Amino acid sequence: MTPSTRLIAFSLFAVVAVSACRKKPEPAPLPAAPAPVETCDQACRDRLALEEKRRADSVAAANAAVDAAERERALAATKATLAAAVYFEYDSDELSSEARATLDAKLPIFRANPSLRVRVTGNTDERGSDEYNLALGQRRAAAVKRYLSDQGIDGGTMDIVSYGEERPVMSGASEESYRLNRRAEFEIVAGADALVAPR
Amino acid sequence: MITLRPRALLSVLFLLVLFVPRLRAQDTTYKEGVRIGLVYAPGTKPGLIVLPVAGATGDSVRAIIQRDLANGNRINVIAMAAEAVPPFGGLGAKPNYPLFAKLGAAAVLQLTPNSFGLEVSVHNTGKGVAERTKVFALAGAPQSGEWRLSLHEMSDEIEQWITGVRGVAASRILYTAGGRVWQVDSDGAGAVPLTASGTAMSPAWHPKASHFTYMMMGDNGQRIIIQEVGGATRTLATTPGGLNITPTFSPDGNTITYAHGAEAGTDIYSTNAFGNEPARRITIGRGSDNTQPSFSPDGRRIAFTSGRVGHPEVYISDADGTNAELLTPFNFGDQSYRANPDWSPDGRLIAFEALIGGRMQIMTISLRDRAIKQHTSEGVNEQPSWAPDARHLVFTSNRGGSRQLWVLDVESNTVRQLTRAPAGARFGAWSPLLRVR
Repeated sequence: MTPSTRLIAFSLFAVVAVSACRKKPEPAPLPAAPAPVETCDQACRDRLALEEKRRADSVAAANAAVDAAERERALAATKATLAAAVYFEYDSDELSSEARATLDAKLPIFRANPSLRVRVTGNTDERGSDEYNLALGQRRAAAVKRYLSDQGIDGGTMDIVSYGEERPVMSGASEESYRLNRRAEFEIVAGADALVAPR
Repeated sequence: MITLRPRALLSVLFLLVLFVPRLRAQDTTYKEGVRIGLVYAPGTKPGLIVLPVAGATGDSVRAIIQRDLANGNRINVIAMAAEAVPPFGGLGAKPNYPLFAKLGAAAVLQLTPNSFGLEVSVHNTGKGVAERTKVFALAGAPQSGEWRLSLHEMSDEIEQWITGVRGVAASRILYTAGGRVWQVDSDGAGAVPLTASGTAMSPAWHPKASHFTYMMMGDNGQRIIIQEVGGATRTLATTPGGLNITPTFSPDGNTITYAHGAEAGTDIYSTNAFGNEPARRITIGRGSDNTQPSFSPDGRRIAFTSGRVGHPEVYISDADGTNAELLTPFNFGDQSYRANPDWSPDGRLIAFEALIGGRMQIMTISLRDRAIKQHTSEGVNEQPSWAPDARHLVFTSNRGGSRQLWVLDVESNTVRQLTRAPAGARFGAWSPLLRVR
């Protein structure tokens, strides 16, 4: 083949190839089929949306309830920790290691609740002089306040009062009642509504 | 000149030894007063029969007088139903002294109502004469507090006629029951509340019995309150917040002394009772508890409870707190417990409570030789308060099943129950002798 013949053949091949690569033409449309039936009208969609919202709300509420229960549990635990009494030996205001541990557990609560104000009440068992027991109860309450103050809690947030042997938690002349009545207790006098559990 | 042989001398000495105590027992002169010359065996109490009393209130009058004289523990009141008392005499007939002497009566008390009140005669059966006769006025309506107080005053004077020592029936006792302060006559009658409801403790009389003081417990601490009997109250203005307990008046009535505690122990403070002077501290407890002050009769010293050695003991000091000394001895290392001192009106004894075998008991200690006596042993016995005669004291005891007030005669250690309060009673405080206004 001459060069010019080859050029013509190559050009034809190229034209054919390019044509072959073109998009095939659209097939002729079929006769129109009937339009699909609408299965969810606006009311349906609204209902579905509402159900979806309800489901979402329910999940949110459940989650909130779980959170609230958790907060409640934490708050109850906080209150219980705060209210936990400390106990003393006979005719003594000395804090035992157990009593100090009980007080240490309250420290995060005081720190997390700067508006909290408590009353520390000192109590005694029924043995001994009724009046001298008032003084002993005062010493017990003061010992508790002093310990917490030494740990950095603002002393101004703690009032102390003695009830002596006047408010026993268990009556009777048994060692068990004596032990339970020789105590210092905590009462919240302000800040209870805003009480939060320490993180 | 009379010469006695040794044998005769011994006989004389024997007779002296035999009869001198009897002669002394029949001595009619006592330092407290003068009594009629009744004759009765030494170491015994003169027997007395109270004749039936005429009139609508006669039975009550007789019962009150008999009870008062018996409560004094110096006279043996021979209890007889009115209808069992034999005729004494009268209508011109000579009283039947021998019969009453046979019944054991050294004295017969005759009470005759008249338009003025009661004519009282004390007959001496030994001598067969009416030793004393006096007409007493009766105040108030029958059965009223004043009327009973009139009879109590009469009883006290009769006791002085017979024994030489005035009785203490004309007195009242403060106490607390159900959180209120009450008063009751010394014979247990006429109990009335003096304060509103609350939690009152530790009442104490003003020496003129015109006022009383007590402690009122609240949620934020204790307050000292002074109240006029039947009148207004005032909170001690100089009392700061915190623990304020065990108030007592000084014998002149001008000072009130009490215990105050905050965060460093409890100390005793004094201030003027009816003014607004700042309170001054009179004990230096250094963190210990110092409470329950009680004045000596002259007001120059106080007894108080202190835990300065580690456990409660009774101390005495000058009224300004200086010269404090331990009154109740203990062995170092003992866990003894002595508290609640009350200085006797004659200044000789201090009553207190002590832990004996795990239970509080009433004790006295002599200020002369520091001899200690235990007066009770049944149940828990505490909070002693002297009567004006320095022979009786009121105390709290659970011996009857609940805490009630009882009266102890420290000479015979006999007791009688004073209160029967449903809610229990405690903190008895005996008044000075009272007079009908």
